[in-house]
Amino acid sequence: MDNLDFYAVDSSLSEEERAVRDSVRRFVDERVLPIIGHCYVEGRFPKELIPEMGAMGLFGANLPEEYGCAGLNNVAYGLIMQELERGDSGVRSFASVQGALVMYPIYAFGSEEQKRRYLPQMATGQTIGCFGLTEPDFGSNPAGMITTAKEQGDGSFVLNGAKMWITNGSTAHVAIIWAKTGTDQDSIRGFLVPTDTRGFTAKDQKGKLSLRASDTSEIVLQDVCIPKGNLLPKSGGLKSPLMCLTQARYGISWGALGAAMACFEEATSYAKQRVMFDRPIGGFQLQQQRLAEMLTEIVKAQLLVLHLGRLKDAGTYTPQQVSLAKRNNVNMATDIAREARRLLGANGILAEYASMRHMENLESVYTYEGTHDVHTLILGQAITGLNAFN
Amino acid sequence: MKIAVCIKRVPDTETRIKIAGTTKIDETGVKFIPNPYDEFAVEAALQLKQKAGGEIVAVSLGPDSAQETIRTALAMGADRGLHLKTDGQPYDTLAVAHALAAELKGYDVILLGKMAIDDYNHAMGPALAELLNLPCVSAVTALTIDGTKGTAEREVEGGVEVLSFPLPAVITTDKGLNKPRLPTLPGIMAAKKKPMESKPAALGATHVTVRSLALPPERPAGRIIGEGAAAVPELIRLLQTEAKVL
Amino acid sequence: MILAFAESRGTALRKAAFEAVTAARELGDDVHAIVVGPSGIAAQASQLDTSRVLVAEHAAFTQYNPEATAALVAERVKTGGYRAVFFVSTAQGRDLAPRVAAKLGAAFAPDVTSVATNGEEIVVTHPVYSGKAIATLVLTGAPAVIAARPSSFPPARTDSASPSVEAIAPVGDPSASRVVVTELRTGGGAKLDVSEAAIVVSGGRGLKGPEHFTLVEDLAASFGNAAVGASRAVVDAGWRPHSDQVGQTGKVVSPDLYVAVGISGAIQHLAGMRTAKTIVAINRDKDAPIFKIADYGIVGDAFEIVPALAAAVREARRSG
Repeated sequence: MDNLDFYAVDSSLSEEERAVRDSVRRFVDERVLPIIGHCYVEGRFPKELIPEMGAMGLFGANLPEEYGCAGLNNVAYGLIMQELERGDSGVRSFASVQGALVMYPIYAFGSEEQKRRYLPQMATGQTIGCFGLTEPDFGSNPAGMITTAKEQGDGSFVLNGAKMWITNGSTAHVAIIWAKTGTDQDSIRGFLVPTDTRGFTAKDQKGKLSLRASDTSEIVLQDVCIPKGNLLPKSGGLKSPLMCLTQARYGISWGALGAAMACFEEATSYAKQRVMFDRPIGGFQLQQQRLAEMLTEIVKAQLLVLHLGRLKDAGTYTPQQVSLAKRNNVNMATDIAREARRLLGANGILAEYASMRHMENLESVYTYEGTHDVHTLILGQAITGLNAFN
Repeated sequence: MKIAVCIKRVPDTETRIKIAGTTKIDETGVKFIPNPYDEFAVEAALQLKQKAGGEIVAVSLGPDSAQETIRTALAMGADRGLHLKTDGQPYDTLAVAHALAAELKGYDVILLGKMAIDDYNHAMGPALAELLNLPCVSAVTALTIDGTKGTAEREVEGGVEVLSFPLPAVITTDKGLNKPRLPTLPGIMAAKKKPMESKPAALGATHVTVRSLALPPERPAGRIIGEGAAAVPELIRLLQTEAKVL
Repeated sequence: MILAFAESRGTALRKAAFEAVTAARELGDDVHAIVVGPSGIAAQASQLDTSRVLVAEHAAFTQYNPEATAALVAERVKTGGYRAVFFVSTAQGRDLAPRVAAKLGAAFAPDVTSVATNGEEIVVTHPVYSGKAIATLVLTGAPAVIAARPSSFPPARTDSASPSVEAIAPVGDPSASRVVVTELRTGGGAKLDVSEAAIVVSGGRGLKGPEHFTLVEDLAASFGNAAVGASRAVVDAGWRPHSDQVGQTGKVVSPDLYVAVGISGAIQHLAGMRTAKTIVAINRDKDAPIFKIADYGIVGDAFEIVPALAAAVREARRSG
C-alpha cells in the first residue's frame, strides 16, 4: 500500500487530475529537487526554472484557455501546488503569487484589454508579477493601509506608500498595488504598476531564515504616476484583495500538505534504513508513534482539501472553509516537519535532507496569507457570529 | 510524414512485485506508467514531426487501461490515438506483432521503445518490421532522418554500430537518444479532445504461454568477512576455495 | 536436430557463439552451428563443439547484416528441418532473433536462463520485471527460436571437435540489404562489455570522484578478463558512460563474480547484478544494503582495500 495514498484518495481523482499531479511531480523530481537545497542555502530563487514552469502551464492553471492558461479545475490546481511544495515552499510561493495573486485579480477585476495584454504573457512566465497589499505597519490588518492613490484631473493616479514582504517584488515586471483612493477601506482599489515606473523601487529583504529560496522585497512608491488605464476597473473595497487571498489560501492548503508529504516520506525512508542498536530505527516504538501521527494528519488533510476542491469547482465554497483548511494543513505540516527533522537525528540538520528546510519554510507559510491566529478568529466569528478581531 | 508510435502500459520500476495465483502479478497498489523506453520513442516522433511535419498516431495494445497510456502520448503532443483492445496483456511477442502489423501499414516511420520493462523481451520492433517487410534499426541511441534516408547509432558490446537505412522503417529507441518532454498541463487538457479509436486487436497465433511466475530464489544471506585491507587474504582464500572463481 | 547461431565479428567468433551451442545442447545432442562472416571466418568453425557448421562467407557480412543474416538462418531452419535455433541475447542477438522468429512464425523466447524439454514442449525460464520475478514459459509448435541470456550458459569451446564444415550460399544478394552497418566504432581498444564478462568490477559514489575509478580499472585488470561497471549514480554524474551502467535502467548482468566497490546497493542496482554467482562488496558503511546480498563483504576504506586486493589477486593468479 502506498503510504501517501493510505485512504485511496487517488481513486477519487479523475485521469486528468492524476496526470497533472504526475507530470508536476516529475518536473519537481527532475528539475527542482536536484538544486533546491543549494538554492536555499545560497538564498536565491531558481529563476532559471521560470520559463520551464511557464511552458508546463503551472501559472494561473485554473484560469481559462482563452487567456493562454491551462483551464484546469481546482482540484488539479491544488495538486499542482501540492507537488510544487513537496519541492519547496518558495517555489510554490512563486506560482501562488503569479497565479492567484496577480493573474487572478487581473482576470477577476481587469478590463478585457488588460486581460489580453497581461494574462498570456504571465502564463508563460515572460511577465512576472507581484502582489502589493501588506505594509510595514499593516499585516494582519490590511484595512488600515496607508498607501494612497490620488486621482488626478486627467484620470491618472499618483501612488505613495510602502509595501513589505512582497514575494517576487524585485523580479516582477508589474506589481498589483492595493491603495486607498479615499480614506477608508471601501476606497481601496487595485492598480497595475509596471515596476520600471519612476518612483517605484523594490529592495530585497535580507537576513531571512525562512523561505530563503524565494525573493521577498520591500517596495517603496514615491509619487508613482500611472495612467487611468492601469486601474483594475472592477476592483473596489477590501473585498477585492481578500478575494485574491482566498484563492491563494486555497492553493496553500494543498501546498502545505505537499510539504508534509515530503517530510513524512523522508522520515519513513530514513527510519527503514537507519540502523541503531542493530536494527532499523523504524522498529522502535517512539519512532513508529511519530510516523503514525504523521500519517493520520496527512490522511485527514488529503480528504479535507479534496472535498474543498470539489466544493470550489461546484462554486459553493466559502472563504471560511478555506480558512479552516489553510489553518489546519499548515499547522499540521509544521508539526510533521519538526517531528521528521527530529527522527532524522543529526543528519536532519543538513541541507541534503529536506525536513529542516521545510520546517523553516513552513514558519513563513504559518504566518503569511493570514496568520494561523487570524484564521482562528475567522472561524470563531463563523461559529459564534461574534467579532473578536477588535 | 505519417508517424506511428507504439507504447505499452507497464508497472513502475519501483514496484514491489507480488505474485497472485501462479501466472500474474498482484496489481493492487501497483502504479502503472508508460514504458520508459517508449517515451524516448514518443519524443523522437515529436521531434521528427517538428522537423518534417505530418501526423503522429499513438498506438497501444491491451485492455481499456491502455487508453490512459495513449493519452499520455497525446498529452506530449501526438495527434490521435489507436487502442487495440485485448483481454489482459498477451505475452507472446509475435501474436502481438501480428495485431500491430495489421494496423500499421502505410506509415513512413514506426517508433517503439527497444523493450518493455515488464517482459524484458526486447523483440517487438524487429518482429513487427519483418511482418511489415520494412527495414528496422533497433535500440538506437542516435538518430537522424533526412527526407527518406536515415542514419542511426546503436551500442554493441565494446563499441557503437553506425547504420544507414531507407524510409519507411521501424525504429526502436534506447536510453540516451533524447530526453522525453514532460506532458504539459495544457497538453493534458488537449489530450482529452484528440481523436481516440478503439477496436479489437487481431492477435496472431500464440506459441508462448506463461506457465508460472515466481519470485527469484533468495540469495543466501551475505556475510561480512572482515575489515580493511587485513581482510583481503581471507577474501582471496574464499574466492579460491569456496566460490572457485579465482 | 538443433541449430546454434554462432555470432561473430569480423573473422572472429564471439563468446556468444559458444554459449549458443551450450544452450542448444539442452534440447539434444545433435547440434549444428551456422556462421556468417567475411572470407576467413570458416577457419574458426572448428572451435565449435558441434557435428556440423554451416558457413556463409561474403564481403557483405564483414559488418552485421541483419536482413541477409536473418533470411539465411530462417531459410536454413526451414530447409534443414531443425527443431529449434538458438541465439544469445547480445546486442546483435536481440536484433536478429526476433526477425528469424517472425519469418518462421515460430515460438519465440528471448533472454532465457534455462531450457528443458519433455519432447513435446520446450520449457524455458526468463527473468521479468527487472529480475524481480522469474517467468516459466512453455513454447509450443515447431520450430522454436530461443535466445539465451548472455553469460547464463557456459561457452562450449573445444580443441578436439572436428565438425564438418559446409559452405553455404547466402539467400539473395547480401549486399542488397536495406539496413547497412557502415561503421563499427570501438572506443580505443577492445573494451570488454559488462554483459559479456565473466568478472565485473563496478564502482559507485563511494569512490568520491571520477579520477578514482582508476582503482576499479586496476582491480578489473588484475583479474585478467574483467569488465568495469558503474552504478547509476556515477553514470548520472557523468563519471562513466551509460554503456557501463549496471542496474534496472542499465545492463542486467550474470557474471561468475561481481565486485561492488563503494556501491551502497540501491534496489535498482541490485536488480542488475543479483543473479551473479558470487558477489563481493567493499564499502565503508557496514549498514549499506549491499552487504545483505554480498556473499563476501569487506567493511572499510576502498582506497585502502582495493589496491591491496588487486595486488593479492595478481599474486594468486601468478602462483595459482
